[in-house]
Amino acid sequence: MHLVTADILILGAGGAGLRAAIAAAQAAPDMSIALVSKVYPMRSHTVAAEGGSAGVVQAHDSFASHFDDTVSGGDWLCEQDVVEYFVSHCPAEMVQLEHWGCPWSRKADGHINVRAFGGMKIERTWFAADRSGFHILHTLFQTSTKYPAIKRFDEYFCVDLLVADGRVQGAVALSLSTGDFTAITARAVIIATGGAGRVFRQNTNGGIVTGDGMAMAYRHGVPLRDMEFVQYHPTCMPGTGILFTEGCRGEGGFLLNKDGYRYLQDYGLGPAGAVPRLKAMELGPRDRLSQAFWHEEQKGNTVSTPQGAAVLLDLRHLGRAKLLERLPLICELAEHFMGIDPVTQPIPVRPAVHYTMGGILVDIETKAPLAGLFAAGECSSVGIHGANRLGSNSLAELSVFGRVAGEQAALFAGNAPPPDSRSLGALADSIAAEAVALRQQAGDGEQHAVIRREMTETMEKGCGIYRQGDQMQATCDRLAELKSRYRRISLADKSRVWNTDWTAALELGFQLDIAQAMAASALARRESRGAHQRLDGFEQRDDVHYLCHSLAHFRPQGPPEISYAPVTITRSPPGVRAYGALGQQAEQAAKESSHA
Amino acid sequence: MPDSAPASTDRTIELRVLRYRPELDGHPFFDHYTVAYSDDMSVLQGLQVIKDSLDSSLSYRWSCRMAVCGSCGMMINGAPRLACNSFLRDLAPGPVTVEPLENFPIERDLVVTVGDFVKKIEGIYPYLIPKTARRLEEGEYLQTPAELAAYESFSDCINCMLCYAACPQFGANPDFIGPGAMAILQRYNGDSRDGGQQQRLDRIHGEDGVWSCTAVGLCSDVCPKQVDPANAVNQNKTKSAFDFFLRFLKRETGQ
Repeated sequence: MHLVTADILILGAGGAGLRAAIAAAQAAPDMSIALVSKVYPMRSHTVAAEGGSAGVVQAHDSFASHFDDTVSGGDWLCEQDVVEYFVSHCPAEMVQLEHWGCPWSRKADGHINVRAFGGMKIERTWFAADRSGFHILHTLFQTSTKYPAIKRFDEYFCVDLLVADGRVQGAVALSLSTGDFTAITARAVIIATGGAGRVFRQNTNGGIVTGDGMAMAYRHGVPLRDMEFVQYHPTCMPGTGILFTEGCRGEGGFLLNKDGYRYLQDYGLGPAGAVPRLKAMELGPRDRLSQAFWHEEQKGNTVSTPQGAAVLLDLRHLGRAKLLERLPLICELAEHFMGIDPVTQPIPVRPAVHYTMGGILVDIETKAPLAGLFAAGECSSVGIHGANRLGSNSLAELSVFGRVAGEQAALFAGNAPPPDSRSLGALADSIAAEAVALRQQAGDGEQHAVIRREMTETMEKGCGIYRQGDQMQATCDRLAELKSRYRRISLADKSRVWNTDWTAALELGFQLDIAQAMAASALARRESRGAHQRLDGFEQRDDVHYLCHSLAHFRPQGPPEISYAPVTITRSPPGVRAYGALGQQAEQAAKESSHA
Repeated sequence: MPDSAPASTDRTIELRVLRYRPELDGHPFFDHYTVAYSDDMSVLQGLQVIKDSLDSSLSYRWSCRMAVCGSCGMMINGAPRLACNSFLRDLAPGPVTVEPLENFPIERDLVVTVGDFVKKIEGIYPYLIPKTARRLEEGEYLQTPAELAAYESFSDCINCMLCYAACPQFGANPDFIGPGAMAILQRYNGDSRDGGQQQRLDRIHGEDGVWSCTAVGLCSDVCPKQVDPANAVNQNKTKSAFDFFLRFLKRETGQ
C-alpha cells in the first residue's frame, strides 16, 4: 500500500474535476491537490459533448428567461434557488473558458456566437463547432498543467472512499499499470466521476461512464436524489447509440417519419414552420421528442434498420457549406459509421440513454451530507435539471459547480483537522483486500459480462422511455437476482498489470447499485413527470403527492429505501409545461394573470 | 461489452491479436480469434466480442466509440488506426492483425505507455499566455473567424498518438518532441490572443525539437482528425530558423 497525503482529493478528471482542481489551486495555492482519474483526463466523457454550453449573452435575453426555461424544462422538480445561482453565473464561466483559450465559434465581428437549443426560448448556447465538450475538456486539461499544486494520478481506479469518524478522509485507488494500491488521505474530497448511462443497453456514453463515484458515496450512506430521471436523447445512432447533437436541430434540421412527415406536430409541439422556431417542433425538449418517437414506433411510422426502428434526421436543406462549418463531427460520424452523406441523405436516428439527471445529493455549495464530501457535474444532484435536463445546461453545470466545489473544498480543508493516517492505513488495507478478493475468488464460474448484459437489457425494458409498474417490479427483482449472482462471479484473469477483467468487474458492482437506485426510485414514483412517464394509470403529473425529490438510501441487504424531500420553489409555482403554439398560449396566460 | 448484439450474420473474420502479459509471458505472441461480424461492426467491437465471450484476459483501452476520446489507437494490419472507426467489413476477408501502437513500450497486450507523450504536451506551455491581460468583467477577447481559422485545425488534436506511431524520427529518438505536441504548440502559437510564442519556441530549438523532423509527412497521413501536424512542424521550422537568426544578429550587434 502506497500512502499519499493531500489537502484536497478530487476523484474524476473530466470537465467538473478539472474545473474544481483549477478553482482549488487558485483559491488556496499552498494546498496540495490530488487529482485521480481512471483514464487520462482528455479521455473523460466530457470529450463527447457536442452541442454547446448555456450562458445568457444576447441583449434581448435574461437570467429570468434562462431560469424559466430550465425550471419548466425540468417539470418543476428543480431547486429554484440553485437554478437562480446557476443561470447568473453561467456567462462568467463561459468567458473564463474563453480566456483560457477555448476556441468558441465566432461571429464576423469577433464576438462569440450562440446557437439555438432544445427547450431554450432564446439562443444562448455557446459552441465550438460540434466539438464543444472536446474543446472545453482539452482547454481545462491543458490549463490545469499551469498549476504545480495539482498532482495527477492518471489511470488510477478508485475502489472506495476512506470514511472514518463520521467524515470522508480520502480514498483508495488501484494503479492500472501496476496493480498496486495507493491510499490518498485528504481533508476534503470532491467526487466528479460523471454519470451512469452504461447501465442501459443503447446509450451515448463512453465505456467509462459506470457511476463509480455515485455508488461509492451511496454505499457510505449519502442518498442518491432523483435517480428515476434518466434522459433519452432523441437523435442517436441505432445500435451503438452514438450521439448526433441537438445542434443538428438547432441549426435547422428536421425529424421525419417513414412518410417524410414532420411527426412532432402531432405531439403538441407544432405547428411546423419552415424555419426553426424556438421551443417548438424539433427544438422541443428531449423527453418530449423521445416520447414522440415511441408513439411513432407504436403506430408503425418508423423506418427499419438492421439495428431496429428509426426516424430520419434530415439536414439536407442546410447545404454542404453550413454542415461542414457548424456540424463537421456529425458529417464525419454519419459518413464513417453509417456510410451516409448528410448533404444528400437523411440520417436514421433513434433515442438512446444519454444523461443521469439524478445523483449524489448536494446543496448549493456542492456539499454532500457527509462531512468533507463534495460533488459536482453529472455524478451530483445539485438540483438544476429536475425531471428533465435541457441540452447545453450540463457543460455549463460542470463549469459553474466545478468551480464552486473547488472553492468550497479549499475552504473546508483549511478548517478541517488533518486525517489520522495511522488508523486510515488499516482501513485502506481492508478495502484493498476486499478488491483483491474479488479478483481471486473461485466463484461459481459465471462471467461478469453475462450479468452486465442482462442488467442493461432489464434496465431498458423496465426503465425505458415509458414505464409500467409490473415491468419496473420485474426489473427490480431481476437486479436483486443479478446482484446475488455477481457475488459469486469468477474472473479468468488473476494477474495484476492492466487487468481490465478485474476493473470491469469492480465497475459492474458499482453499476448494479446504481441500477437498483434508479429502478426502485422509478417504481415508487406513481406519477408522470419529465423523463419519468408511466402508462399504468399514472399518466399525469401529480403535484399533490409527488412535487418532491426522491432519495434512494443504500441498504447492504435488500433493495434501497426510498424517501422524499421537498422541492425549493422561489418564484415559479408549478405551471403547465407546454411547447409550440400551446407553449405560447400558456406563456401569454401566465403573463396576463401576473398583471391582473 | 459490445454496444449492441451483432446483427445476425454467418460471416466470420479472424483477428490475430498481439498478446503480452508481463507477469506471465516472456515474449509477445499472437492469439487468434474468430468472431462473427456485421457490416456496422468496428475492430473495437470485434475486440469487445473477444473480451466478453472468448477471452476476458485481453486488455486494451477504449471509451467513447466515436473517434473523439483518443483512447483506442492501435496498429491494424500494420497501420496506426483508431479501432473504433476501423470497420471489419473493410478488412474482410481477413485475417486482421491487431497490435499495440508502434514506437511505444508495451505495458500489456494492446496497452502502451502514454505518460511520456503527456509530459511532452505539458512541456510546451499548453495553455493560453495572454498577450494582454483581461478581466472577466471585460468579456471575451475578440477573435474574428479568420483568426480562429488560423489555429482551429491544430486545436482538433485528440491526443491519440497515431502520428507518433507513424513517425520514423520518433521511432529512432523517443525524446523527439514529435508531431502531436508540435500541433498543440502551434495551436497556441497561432492563436491571436496568445503572447507566449517565444517561450514555446525556446523549447523546440534543441536537437529533440523541431529540427529532428525530416519532413516525411506520415504523421499527417495517419491523423484521424486532419490536424496536419506536419504543417505545424514546418511552420515552426521557419519560425525557429528566423528566431535563431534574429538572436544571432542581436548578439552580433550587441543589442
